[in-house]
Amino acid sequence: MAVDERFARDFEDSAEEQVLGTRNEIITGPVSDWSTDFSHLEPEWAADPYPIQDDLRQRCPIAHTDRFGGGWLPVRYEDVAAVAYDTDRFSSRSIIMGNFRPPRDIAPIGGSPPISSDPPFHHDARKLLLPAFTKTAVTRQEPATRAYCHALIDAFDGQDVVDAAADYAQHIPMRVIADMMGFPPEDGPQFRRFVENTLEGVNLQPEERIERMQALFEYILDQVHDHLDNPRDDLTTYLINAELYGSKLTADHVTGAMVLLLIAGIDTSWSAIGSSLWHLAKTPADRERLMADRGLLPTAMEEFLRAYAPVTMARLVKDDMHWHGVDMKADDWILLSFPAANRDPAQFDRAAEVVIDREVNRHAAFGLGIHRCLGSHLARMELRVALEVWLDRIPEFSLADPGAVTWSAGQIRGPRTLPLRIG
Amino acid sequence: MRVRIDSEKCQGHGRCYDLAPELFGDDEEGFGQVLGDGKVTPDTENQARLAVANCPERAIELIEES
Repeated sequence: MAVDERFARDFEDSAEEQVLGTRNEIITGPVSDWSTDFSHLEPEWAADPYPIQDDLRQRCPIAHTDRFGGGWLPVRYEDVAAVAYDTDRFSSRSIIMGNFRPPRDIAPIGGSPPISSDPPFHHDARKLLLPAFTKTAVTRQEPATRAYCHALIDAFDGQDVVDAAADYAQHIPMRVIADMMGFPPEDGPQFRRFVENTLEGVNLQPEERIERMQALFEYILDQVHDHLDNPRDDLTTYLINAELYGSKLTADHVTGAMVLLLIAGIDTSWSAIGSSLWHLAKTPADRERLMADRGLLPTAMEEFLRAYAPVTMARLVKDDMHWHGVDMKADDWILLSFPAANRDPAQFDRAAEVVIDREVNRHAAFGLGIHRCLGSHLARMELRVALEVWLDRIPEFSLADPGAVTWSAGQIRGPRTLPLRIG
Repeated sequence: MRVRIDSEKCQGHGRCYDLAPELFGDDEEGFGQVLGDGKVTPDTENQARLAVANCPERAIELIEES
């Protein structure tokens, strides 16, 4: 068995100790007023956040909540962009808004670099990963992705109604990221649990949340040890061997980055593929137009990314300050809603409509500034291939039961149940 | 006219090399690069305008040459 002292038993023990930080009371239940008591974890937000955001944009436009220990929700493009660009005043040391704030001294590295990192460390941690995620690099995954999409549709054989979220969309990014990381492809169902625990388990009791997060770190450590014993050409071996400032990465950096790549790569693309199919299933005119003019797909895809942007990020305010008309306190959350920015009429004509031939579309679905989604080229490849294969194989489809469609709660939004009639 | 990328603003979204592949390429980290001298011809003018209009970081400029 290969030995790498960084990942020895005492690292595992220390990783299992809960890090210092602050916890606040968990508050759940119906929202009284979205401008003073918002929560992205309530069912109303999950079902349809856009009317809420549109209303706030008219009357607020930076909402507040006392939940999660206090936080703010800007809904104008201008404010969302200003937060994204201002890494001096807003920290990424936690990017999941919940009831736990990691200690301040975890910055500028954070728990899952580079998404949790601030400058100057952020730049160097990100630089390590950029070459693996360029458009050219991810093109190498395209043939396998296409073949896998076909295999998923082959498995629909004989069914009139299929769940396009559970039986198609979710599997595509899981398989692609498992291949890139060098994880066993059959581990997909575990990934789903990890993703749901991390992103949707925000309001669980601390003990349960910690226990579930530990299961994820144990899985990642098992994969590290497997790669130490059998190094291979994948991102896990790459991270184990990568160097920064003349030495190998710390164990926390390696495992944190692996957690990031696994979690961030799945829920997001799954949501984008699902939302696009949901839109086409309920909008026959757009589906027919795309079938008649397949060259429109790249443009339509960007519009789906704008209108149904899956990803909302979070930041923590560094110091007390008066900012864009509100008094922010140190360690207040900012819920950084790229979906809300993407529907701001001050930035987009016909912002509330889905216009599949929208040629000018400066949307922020993949974020703005230094934290631009590392996997954006991979996500676009997965979304394009998933839609191309679906449209080739299943040109006619519709919502089998609109009331049965369910959406994920929290910062990543997309369909989790999507029954489509394909017969 | 010529196209220009402000490398301080570019974050590697890649909209320019998606929409205007005759004018832009990517470097080994995915940041946009102007191909050659960046000269825009009547054939590539529409591509150039799309790249400018779709860059999320507003990092691309069309420069009129005197």
